[in-house]
Amino acid sequence: MKISDFEKLKNEGTEKLPSEERRRFLRFGLAVTGVFLGGSVLSLTSARNASGVQEKKSAAGKFPYKPHYTMVLRQNRCIDCERCMEACVRTNHVPSYGYRTTIMEQNRAAGDDRDPLFMPVLCNHCNRPPCVRVCPTTATYKDKETGIVMMDYKRCIGCKTCMAACPYNARYFNEETRAVDKCNFCFDTRLSKGKKLTACAEACPADVRIFGELTDENSEAYQLIHKPDRKVWVLRPETGAMPNVFYIND
Amino acid sequence: MSNMISIEDFSDPKAATPGVSKTTMLLMLLVAIGIGCGLYAFVIGHHHAYNNTREMPWGILIAGYAFFAIVSTGLCVLATVSHFMGGNPMSSLANRMVFLSIVTIIGGFSIIGVEIENPHRMLLYNMLSPNFTSNIWWMGTLYGMAVGFMFVEFFSILTARYKLAIGLGILGALAEIMANTNLGAVFATLSARPFWYGAQLPIYFLASAVLSGAAAIIMFTHFAYRIRGENMNSAVSEGIRSAGKVATLTLILIIVATSWRFISFFVGGTELGRVAAESFLSGPMAVNFWVFEITVGLIVPLALLLASKMKNPGLMTVAAIMILIGQFFQRYDLVVAGQMVPQYSGWDNLPTYFSYIPSFAEFMVTFGGFGIAGAGFLLGERFFGRVFMQSGHH
Repeated sequence: MKISDFEKLKNEGTEKLPSEERRRFLRFGLAVTGVFLGGSVLSLTSARNASGVQEKKSAAGKFPYKPHYTMVLRQNRCIDCERCMEACVRTNHVPSYGYRTTIMEQNRAAGDDRDPLFMPVLCNHCNRPPCVRVCPTTATYKDKETGIVMMDYKRCIGCKTCMAACPYNARYFNEETRAVDKCNFCFDTRLSKGKKLTACAEACPADVRIFGELTDENSEAYQLIHKPDRKVWVLRPETGAMPNVFYIND
Repeated sequence: MSNMISIEDFSDPKAATPGVSKTTMLLMLLVAIGIGCGLYAFVIGHHHAYNNTREMPWGILIAGYAFFAIVSTGLCVLATVSHFMGGNPMSSLANRMVFLSIVTIIGGFSIIGVEIENPHRMLLYNMLSPNFTSNIWWMGTLYGMAVGFMFVEFFSILTARYKLAIGLGILGALAEIMANTNLGAVFATLSARPFWYGAQLPIYFLASAVLSGAAAIIMFTHFAYRIRGENMNSAVSEGIRSAGKVATLTLILIIVATSWRFISFFVGGTELGRVAAESFLSGPMAVNFWVFEITVGLIVPLALLLASKMKNPGLMTVAAIMILIGQFFQRYDLVVAGQMVPQYSGWDNLPTYFSYIPSFAEFMVTFGGFGIAGAGFLLGERFFGRVFMQSGHH
């Protein structure tokens, strides 16, 4: 049958299409566009690296990690109560002049009466962390087990190249330790002690910060970013850092 | 012992006039104040003494370090090209260039030594836990090696072991070039900073090194003869003419590179890079850029060098000083502009540009670096003057 012959057929309408068929069609379309594809959220940061992961090889070294920690931020739920920031300060002894995580605010355009936008930010624990590459003394490094970008304070010479290299302004210089400090997903203060959540994720009353595992299909974080029709984004993808902090509106 | 050498064999009383002594003392005072300010910052904490912030962690001290490191590379490379290739008129200036290359890198090291927060940890962990993907590690290590090579090279020159000196000179120059290109890569490989990111910068740094080195040797040689009240002999004049030609060529290269670098920001790329570039054309960097980088640092010296026909050392020295001023501003503007556009632009009512004005301590440390270069030059003329004045004959 030629395409021109289709035009002569009577339109059956979509009413009688089984919903299973509709879903399959939708999924197919999303898969073709590669934008909202379920299965590998990595395609959002770099399609080429996503295929690299499927073939168990990646330019970013050992990847994915097990557990491969991630944080999904349901951005539109954030009300700027700052309990995450307070919990972080309390848990990780962050001094008043610095922060490991903060909440950015953006006012709407004039005449738009909606609430301002809020965006929590923290270290993105990148798969290709620019800070780790530039550190002369490996004072900052990507943990081989978890992929968390960590600090060994005593090695830090305070050249601040990592601060210049970070695309997310996630680092500050701690005068007490004389070393750069940053978010480590509460590894030393909570995760290594058996707790499952970071302090900020636990403190958030609006369930904005969903901490979980990128490799665990049962993890809420995994499910949130692998929902087929959901738009997921990362900050500054153009830097090639391949971040592990994802943003959604939910 | 026949190998015994004495400083009296090299010292030049003509470069030890009361005026020179007084100037040397003043420069040493500048060095003392600079080091004092740096130590003060180390003890009290950098955030109390320097105006760097979380958003702009690097400032005039990184720029000052880069400036001296780049001058040092230029001097070392030109010296080695002259020594090694021979028959080059600049070989009459080469011994002085080797010495000044050491002096300027020490100036740079002094600044970076109080710019980083924990130099004591650096000495240890650079060796214990090196990161071979880090340009900072390579830069520090290679500049350190270069100084080592040049120290021994200079000692070999003093003891008339010229073959050894040439070999060490080559090693020193290679280390300096690799260090310089890693210095460029420190900035050029940071994709988070679009104003720095790109393959052009390391070549630009190398061209800047040759330009700065040529300008420095023109200026210092001129002053070396001025303090003695002597005229240059024909060999030295030829050397200065050659350095002038090198400076002219590299000025043209840097004008071309600067033009395309800026045009590229406006034909594509990211907003961060474009906004940073705009700060040069009509924003907070405009005076630094148009007046100091372009006019003082590139256009006028090019015109002066061409007007001098490479025969007027006085005019060429004016051009050389202007080049060095321009070079300092180029380093400063590059370092600052790469960080001044907020990464979260559009959020938190962040300004279009962060502002950064160096603190008193930062200025003093930077001036201290110039003090080291100046005092080092005068002390060199005083104690090794004969080696410099007789150069070109080996």
